[in-house]
Amino acid sequence: MIQRLLFFCLFGYNATVGAAGMGLADAWHLLARTGFGPTWPEIREFAALSRTEGIDRLLTASRVQAVTPPPAWVAVYPPPVALRDLSPQEQQRRQQVKREQGRELRVWWLTEMRNAPTPLTEHMTLFWHNHFTSALPKVSSPVLMYRQNVLLRHHALRRFDVLLHEIAKDPAMLIYLDGAVNRKRQPNENFAREVMELFTLGEGHYREADVKDAARAFTGWSLDRETGEFCFRPAWHDGGTKTILGQTGRFDGDAVLDILLAQPETAAHVVRKLWREFISLQPDEAEVKRIAEEFRKQRYEIRAALRCLLNSPAFWASAHRGVLVKSPLDFVIGLQRQLDLKTLEQNQVVQRAAQLGQNVFAPPNVKGWPGGEAWLDSRALLLRRQIVQQWSMARRPRKPLAQNLDFAIKPWIRQFESADWREAAQRLLLPLPPLRQPAAILSPIEIVQALLLDPVYQLK
Amino acid sequence: MKRRTFLLTLAGAGLGLSPIRSQTAAPSPNRLLILIALKGGNDGLNTLIPYADPRYRILRPDLAIPVDQVVKLSEQEGLHPQLAPLREVWQAGELALVRGVGYPEPNLSHFRSMDIWETASASDETLTTGWLARCFAAHSPPANLIAAGVAVGNDAAGPLQGSANALTLTDIALFQQQARWLGLAPSTVPPNPALRHIVDVENRIRQAASQLKRGHRFETTFPEGPFGRALRTACEVIASRKRASVAVVHLSLPDFDTHVRQAPRQGRLLRQLAEGLVSLRAALRELGVWNEALVMTYSEFGRRPQQNANRGTDHGTASIQFVLGGSVRGGFHGAALDLTNLDGNGNPHFVLDFRSLYATVLEKWWGVESRSVLGAQFETVKLI
Repeated sequence: MIQRLLFFCLFGYNATVGAAGMGLADAWHLLARTGFGPTWPEIREFAALSRTEGIDRLLTASRVQAVTPPPAWVAVYPPPVALRDLSPQEQQRRQQVKREQGRELRVWWLTEMRNAPTPLTEHMTLFWHNHFTSALPKVSSPVLMYRQNVLLRHHALRRFDVLLHEIAKDPAMLIYLDGAVNRKRQPNENFAREVMELFTLGEGHYREADVKDAARAFTGWSLDRETGEFCFRPAWHDGGTKTILGQTGRFDGDAVLDILLAQPETAAHVVRKLWREFISLQPDEAEVKRIAEEFRKQRYEIRAALRCLLNSPAFWASAHRGVLVKSPLDFVIGLQRQLDLKTLEQNQVVQRAAQLGQNVFAPPNVKGWPGGEAWLDSRALLLRRQIVQQWSMARRPRKPLAQNLDFAIKPWIRQFESADWREAAQRLLLPLPPLRQPAAILSPIEIVQALLLDPVYQLK
Repeated sequence: MKRRTFLLTLAGAGLGLSPIRSQTAAPSPNRLLILIALKGGNDGLNTLIPYADPRYRILRPDLAIPVDQVVKLSEQEGLHPQLAPLREVWQAGELALVRGVGYPEPNLSHFRSMDIWETASASDETLTTGWLARCFAAHSPPANLIAAGVAVGNDAAGPLQGSANALTLTDIALFQQQARWLGLAPSTVPPNPALRHIVDVENRIRQAASQLKRGHRFETTFPEGPFGRALRTACEVIASRKRASVAVVHLSLPDFDTHVRQAPRQGRLLRQLAEGLVSLRAALRELGVWNEALVMTYSEFGRRPQQNANRGTDHGTASIQFVLGGSVRGGFHGAALDLTNLDGNGNPHFVLDFRSLYATVLEKWWGVESRSVLGAQFETVKLI
């Protein structure tokens, strides 16, 4: 009985913050929003910390390098070969190698998402991949996409202004948004437009004339096709006078980026996007303004913006719990982590995420994945249920194992060490009470599956 | 351009506009709309080519299609060579080429402009629901309709966005197999919007799965590739119409953003489009519903007449759209773009507002009033 009472103190959905720590509900919320599906040991660890301590631990512990070793081929950049110099067989072979490398690259990153000791780093690397998008089908170089990923991870929690300057000269980006071929004679406006619309100011805060002149300023930023490194081609650069957002001068690309960074709208645009990622789909404009001001005051330190955001009352408000739809990666990585699936083929995970609409290194367009409720239409919802059924079916009696899965219900239950493992499992898997409460007479595996198939499991 | 001036321009240009007809009725379940989004901004000038206009070649020294390759439809204009399969539809009088379609104060952002097209908003107005979602909200669909619209493929629902009665699927057989595992509907509707969305989607799946018929055998062969597969699924959905009516089917063909080396990519895409449209026509004729079908393309914008230094084109404005169907009045509609009169960005001015196409669908095809959906009264086009 005492045990039971103690359990309710710890597990009640409206558990108040004890002096000892934030408690399980808050820990779940913090970890689910900043990582990919928290595990029971992680939740327990954070439950003992205060909210501020938990946030500090997340922000200071984050690594800047992946722990998963990348495929060996990333070390060498193969210069592109003109297709006309190759026989049809050689062309086919090259395409095959590229496809295989693309697959290995995705397996590498998703493995890192699953294994990273500091999931926030991967969460933010993915956030920036979705902000400063580039896509392998157009960039066509797995090595350059890998290098961009390393760049995004390196700056994931550091300085936004530095990241913007670096990404603008990133070879994959120069190819993706046609910067590499932007020259004085007839400027290519692709990068200039997207840098204003999507990366900094947001739509409505610049004019067509700004795009045209910015495109001229970026002329000459290109890449050395032999090394795959950034290079400046003075002969391609338009050194003339440009007018950007009312300022006139002989601007180059860096000067344009600085002008964009000096606009308060840039900070607000990024903070609004962070809000939608971490809190809710409807940013509170007054709070956005406050956090954006702090973001600028702290010289675009991303950690500072996140600290502000995660410590805000809105982040912790009960109205914002369980209101975000899990992304396909939240879903497939989280499911592996929460069921402790160790032997699941990462190829399969990559493929499933792609089928659910999130193929890393290939966002649908430069705006990235739209997210929110758009993740869950009829097709995606049904597919998610199918994945739950396949992955949680492992080691069930009478079911021959088609795949190498290892979900084992008994050790999984043992991790809770609690009188009522059902309540604990619900706490681990769902942000809110389920819509379809599993009947107590069901077998353990049926209870777990019912929780995973509940609509509430799709939320974080 | 102000709306008043725009309407006068249209009247002056003699575009064959008919007087407004206003009725209030539900969209007829027998009249099907098939929308195809050409995503990325298709270059209209190299789709329907003004081959006799010398400025075309001046603006596009590398990109202009040689005269002898153009599929000539008139003394002035002809189709891109890869659109040659459409010649038979044209000759049957079932292909309308709607020229100069755009809107005032065009926005050159892919996303914003696509939003404008799919929500049918003005350039400076933000709407959150698609124009078809609003149509079905205003004119509740008949009871025998299982879904106002079905979006086929991996794409967002576009103009059906925000409709409580739209479905997304890629394959009917898989859809039904999966629907069987859904279990019972929850008894209460949750207040959390994300959760409510999931419950709504589940309920729609249960209903549709019980009514769609899978595996219709077509004589028609569909093209290989994702677009061909989406067309096949679309035709299977349509084949189920006796039991399970849908009013709209939405598909998309992406990849039209041709800033660099446009020619091979646009050619490949136009070939897919033409072959796809021809197979769609054949399949719908096979089902006996070609006269009840209206197929319409849309794209967020055309591309700039002047090619860029990379043998590509940057974001433009007004463009050509296709409308096909057994009841369609084939031929040229709208008016050719004036390449001597370009705006400050080097783009042509539109001659026909895209919302006139929507008004035509609403009023002439479905016989419902369009003002409440489109926010203003737009002239209809004599397409049907």
